[in-house]
Amino acid sequence: MTDSSFDATNPPSRELLNDCVHCGFCLPTCPTYQLWGEEMDSPRGRIYLMDLAERGEIELEGAFTEHIDACLGCMACVTSCPSGVQYDRLLEATRPQVERNVPRARSDRWFRNGIFALFPYRRRLRAAALGGALYQKLRLPALAARILPPRLRAAQALMPQVRLRSAFASLPRRVRPAGAPRKRVALLSGCVQDVFFHEVNTATQRVLAAEGCEVLTPREQGCCGALGLHAGREPHARERAKQTIATFEKLPVDNIVVNVAGCGSSLKEYGHLLADDPQWRERATAFSEKVRDVTELLAELEPRAERHRIDAKVAYHDACHLGHAQGIREQPRSVLRTIPGVDLVDLPEAELCCGSAGIYNMTNPEPAEELGERKARNVRAVSPELLVTANPGCLLQLRRFLDDVPMLHPVQLLDASIQGRRPTEAPMTE
Amino acid sequence: MLDRAAHDALVAAVGTENVISDPVQLRSYECDGLTGFRQIPSLVVLPRATEHVANAVRACHRHGVPFVARGAGTGLSGGAMPVADGVVISLQRMREIVDIDPVDRRAVLQPGVTNLDITKAAAAHGLYYAPDPSSQQVCTIGGNIAENSGGAHCLKYGFTTNHVLSMTVVLPDGEIVTLGGDTDEQLGPDLRGVVIGSEGTLGIACDITVRLLRTPETVRTLLADFPSVTAAGDVVSDLVAAGIIPAAVEMMDNLAIQAAEKAVGAGYTLSTPAALVVELDGPESECEAQFAEVRAICDRHGCTRLHIAETAAERARIWKGRKAAFAAVGRISPDYIVQDGVVPRTRLAEVLNRIENMGRDAGLRVANVFHAGDGNLHPLVLFDEDAGELERAEELSTDIAELCVELGGSLSGEHGIGTDKACSMPRMFGEADLSTMDRVRTAFDPQHLCNPGKLLPTPRLCGEQPGRYRPHPLEEAGVIERL
Repeated sequence: MTDSSFDATNPPSRELLNDCVHCGFCLPTCPTYQLWGEEMDSPRGRIYLMDLAERGEIELEGAFTEHIDACLGCMACVTSCPSGVQYDRLLEATRPQVERNVPRARSDRWFRNGIFALFPYRRRLRAAALGGALYQKLRLPALAARILPPRLRAAQALMPQVRLRSAFASLPRRVRPAGAPRKRVALLSGCVQDVFFHEVNTATQRVLAAEGCEVLTPREQGCCGALGLHAGREPHARERAKQTIATFEKLPVDNIVVNVAGCGSSLKEYGHLLADDPQWRERATAFSEKVRDVTELLAELEPRAERHRIDAKVAYHDACHLGHAQGIREQPRSVLRTIPGVDLVDLPEAELCCGSAGIYNMTNPEPAEELGERKARNVRAVSPELLVTANPGCLLQLRRFLDDVPMLHPVQLLDASIQGRRPTEAPMTE
Repeated sequence: MLDRAAHDALVAAVGTENVISDPVQLRSYECDGLTGFRQIPSLVVLPRATEHVANAVRACHRHGVPFVARGAGTGLSGGAMPVADGVVISLQRMREIVDIDPVDRRAVLQPGVTNLDITKAAAAHGLYYAPDPSSQQVCTIGGNIAENSGGAHCLKYGFTTNHVLSMTVVLPDGEIVTLGGDTDEQLGPDLRGVVIGSEGTLGIACDITVRLLRTPETVRTLLADFPSVTAAGDVVSDLVAAGIIPAAVEMMDNLAIQAAEKAVGAGYTLSTPAALVVELDGPESECEAQFAEVRAICDRHGCTRLHIAETAAERARIWKGRKAAFAAVGRISPDYIVQDGVVPRTRLAEVLNRIENMGRDAGLRVANVFHAGDGNLHPLVLFDEDAGELERAEELSTDIAELCVELGGSLSGEHGIGTDKACSMPRMFGEADLSTMDRVRTAFDPQHLCNPGKLLPTPRLCGEQPGRYRPHPLEEAGVIERL
């Protein structure tokens, strides 16, 4: 038997590969299979290629890497698999192999490095936001759309309307609960979230406080490593994970709350990510066990704060990293249903990714755009007055294709209801 | 390898962007749902229109290249396995629902539309497509036609052939013909019926018109546990004797229940030796009356727990567990073979006992999931390839299929013969039968290019068992050498 084409560092394991029985139940929910109808761009086909690479029958460079890169990592296949194949684990083992062993073309390498030099750093993102605001004032996007290559064009088109005041605002370190305290929690404020969706973080703090939680938000927190983890940049992800654990484990809290689906799924993975590191293994597991998505936590708590009526037809979009990766589908819906007047509707093809997928809409702009347009059509099909989803990546992506439907994070809608204002009005601050 | 001229003709037939020729990419097409049989194709083409399909087939015909049509690749008999030096024609870029006609209750489909998507599209009009193979979320109407697929509800509603009104078929020489028509009753020989179930050996179905049915007014689903497989089997016989035609009667034995419950959490009882899923549908009053009768029959046979689905979601979960059962068996065994055979309903208990004994003799576990209403068994032979059990498992699986024939049944209920069972065909059919089938096939495909080596036994496939290697006398004399 020939040697595996993977190197010896955590290759996709034979046992996990053998779990796939080739039934094909994953095909219809895979976004790239929906787009192209090609076996090697389906989960079953990708696992088959991983299997061949593990047996040393094919090389990593070339078609193999191309199809692993083309995967959005949305994990819809994990949801649809009757055999319990852990595609998430397989992909997480495969991507670092590609990053380590397959040289990328220079432009591709620079572009990817550029993304990782910017996104995980709040300060650099703020500087970018400053540049972005100027850029938008000068009406440069119209020019950019004409002259930039596709990847850069996609990246600039994703840039939200920058509000400098919120991009530079910082969150209070401690927010006291209203009434008798029920829980003490720590909030992960995120990178993109905190710069471009600062108001989601403030809404999260207010809602949690209104529901009787004391909220600690450590200032020294950095990137949690989610983008890197999902892109196969394992050293980066491990480093970030350790820093995040060190920052949060000092705090005497019941739970660590996160309002970004992508970050939440990676925080819950820390135990696995650091499983081979004896110094960190237990700390990582203890950390992961405390992590809750904000809607998960709110669903656990009996509603306490009064909800005011919001009469609106609200479409809920399942972020892949919340629904498929964390299995959190019912909780956000049940939280939203506590708001009187809200008519909650599901989307057709709800299991299909919107194309955002971490850095995917920057590295693979064409399929991301097709998926974004498809999701937008599905949203319009139910004609909602509002769209809510729990991930900034999805919000950035969908805004590009749906400028006629206001979009919010579920906690923002809940915040509006508790404050008794219209959801699109600015929140009342102290 | 294809020769240059054939390769170029195929590329010209569908356009470069619809051709796969990278050797790594081709590997992902080397098998369908039955992974034990593999063959790397020389080329995969993905036509976008019927005209493309005809162009590709014409190119194959002109250059003498064998071809295999492939839908979602979920087949369990190796029917879509490529052939050596051949082309795979994948219909996965023809996935459009062309038309839904709610008045005449018909849908026009491209071959790559999934079975479940037909029902999803028709649901808005209160209609649905009746045949429901367990893989309906992924299998395609084109593949359903090739295999004449059934499913849990074919007991009451019939197989694919009862629901396809007409289709355009690309014949093995590239000619496009229309078989069938808009109404059930067509004059002349039923060539539509000949093609349906021919396992892709007579042509490629392209524009397909199916019949839609009105969604039943009421659906009642119950899950009943029994102390033995025999007791559950007797219930099935009594139901039929009482003149009840349930929409579906499905049986699972303990192993299958454990696997499905692990996968879906449908609420099955983990310890029960056997369970039946019985579904009744139709007008409410009729359903209610029959339902009472079904309960009485279940009680008479020592039913230990009878649970009625209260909500649509619960009903869906019960079915999801049943439909995921095959793949879910992957959770209780590293490897398994799905078998598919039919026995007369009256011999259900007998066949199950014999399968159990055969499994014991072979030292292998066999899980059973089946469409009990029409005697269609799906024994799942569990094994561990790494422990060297493959050969024994394949033998046992073949023996089970042939046992079905011995008991007066059939080699296959719905999964087809394909590559897997071609060599067992002589167990069921005589020389005259097989040669008649071959003449029909040759009438459609004189060159034998359309899915060759499937369905009918060939001497190459089944006759000549290669013996142990013995050097040729000339080889021994050093005159020739083996390369």
